[in-house]
Amino acid sequence: MSISIVNISKSYKNVKALQNISFDVKEGELFGLIGPDGAGKTTLFRILTTLLIANEGTATVAGYNVISDYKNIRNSVGYMPGRFSLYQDLTVEENLNFFATIFGTTIEENYDLIKDIYVQIEPFKNRRAGKLSGGMKQKLALSCALIHKPKVLFLDEPTTGVDPVSRKEFWEMLKRLQQKGITILVSTPYMDEAELCDRIALIQDGEILEIDTPKAIVKHYPKSIYNVRANNMYLLINSLNDYKHNHSVYPFGEFVHYTDNRTDFNPKELLVYLESKDLANIEIEETVATIEDTFMELAK
Amino acid sequence: MSINKVIQVEDLTKMFGDFTAVNSITFDVEKGEIFGFLGANGAGKTTAMKMLIGILSPTAGEATVAGFDVFTNAEDIKKNIGYMSQKFALYDDLTVKENITFFGGIYGLSKSKIKEKSNTLIEDLGLEKVANQLVGALPLGWKQKISFSVALLHDPKIVFLDEPTGGVDPITRRQFWEMIYKAANHGTTVFVTTHYMDEAEYCDRVSIMVNGKIEALDTPKKLKEQFNAATMNDVFLKLARG
Repeated sequence: MSISIVNISKSYKNVKALQNISFDVKEGELFGLIGPDGAGKTTLFRILTTLLIANEGTATVAGYNVISDYKNIRNSVGYMPGRFSLYQDLTVEENLNFFATIFGTTIEENYDLIKDIYVQIEPFKNRRAGKLSGGMKQKLALSCALIHKPKVLFLDEPTTGVDPVSRKEFWEMLKRLQQKGITILVSTPYMDEAELCDRIALIQDGEILEIDTPKAIVKHYPKSIYNVRANNMYLLINSLNDYKHNHSVYPFGEFVHYTDNRTDFNPKELLVYLESKDLANIEIEETVATIEDTFMELAK
Repeated sequence: MSINKVIQVEDLTKMFGDFTAVNSITFDVEKGEIFGFLGANGAGKTTAMKMLIGILSPTAGEATVAGFDVFTNAEDIKKNIGYMSQKFALYDDLTVKENITFFGGIYGLSKSKIKEKSNTLIEDLGLEKVANQLVGALPLGWKQKISFSVALLHDPKIVFLDEPTGGVDPITRRQFWEMIYKAANHGTTVFVTTHYMDEAEYCDRVSIMVNGKIEALDTPKKLKEQFNAATMNDVFLKLARG
């Protein structure tokens, strides 16, 4: 196992940030920690990267214990925190050189690993890090996290606030790194990114809701789910919320995802009800659950 | 200004030295419309928005917001709009009630009005138990909902929302959008940026900025037809890669 987490708990004063968390990440796996702000993702990252000590439980990373072997872990992992943490007043190249040097290596020695990413920011290598755009900062931070060829890479919300195009490119980079044998633990609040991971853990309020492959997780969705659409979205949502048989009503893009609390649900009945609310062009069609549906059902 | 056009923008341009951040953009937003303002990081959205809310002076072009000119009446714009972003929302070291009172005061509401609004807001959001707690201790999703309500305290004609739902959990994110629908239904114009492409689908119309220009502007349905795409995410990927 590349990462092994056993019964980890952590509290800050009255807040239980993590409650009895256990899971393993296999070698070479791309594992996603999926959950909103405040779920406990960063706390777990800080425990695994030896920056924070858990109240209870044990964990190993790359075979080393997070308490007794913390120095070995620091040499074996790359960590990209959610907040940009490079030296703003050093240039791109100086930052990279700095991180290579403190890990006792050189840019040349592991250039192969960062080449794909670094070439994109190399034209700006004399620019100070603080003056880079968001996308470029992110690429520099990833290059710095990789420069000592870590066995395990920790990425805490690398794509938060990043536009869909850059997000897609970032995930393509992660896939290439995975092919080079690096184990990756990545957290994200974007549920659509979950599908790009080998396995995921859904986390909320310090507790793991479920761990499995993305495909298996959506299969566990307990209900039939329907796409509903009509001419007036706001009226549609309100009408469905008022419908006494509803189990869940969640807007999903151009549709509302609707589930019913009856086992013998007949969509025609719902159609009649919605027509009585002066809605028109109503469509009701069964659809398949997404990770986000599953997350919301579990978090309810 | 036409009665129903709450934002009118024509050839609006902003240059920083030789760099054209916003390049001659033109669009209108109608009363009660939910207008999605999309674009990749660095496309010029924030610069454009800063001009519309009266805190950055344009280089060229014309724009009126809530009937006021961005060049000559920027102060009036600030009084007549609401604004919230993920980065700046509420003061963490004030309580929920104190934040409401503070922002009510900033917008010149009377004490009795602030009290009335404060009670309604706390009741609508079910915040009775946390009304006297520091905002810093609340979950992000709550903060964002409170922040949106605070941005509406002075009944502005338009509210500008800059990535209001980033990082917010999926259920709260949807509750937030129900609040947006409700405000729009009452005639408030909503101007919103987001990186969640499902949220782009909730907008009445969507514009997509690429390298300082508006490259597409229409209803989500028509944009999908125009770009032969199944979802707004596909539209965005086709366009914004530039």
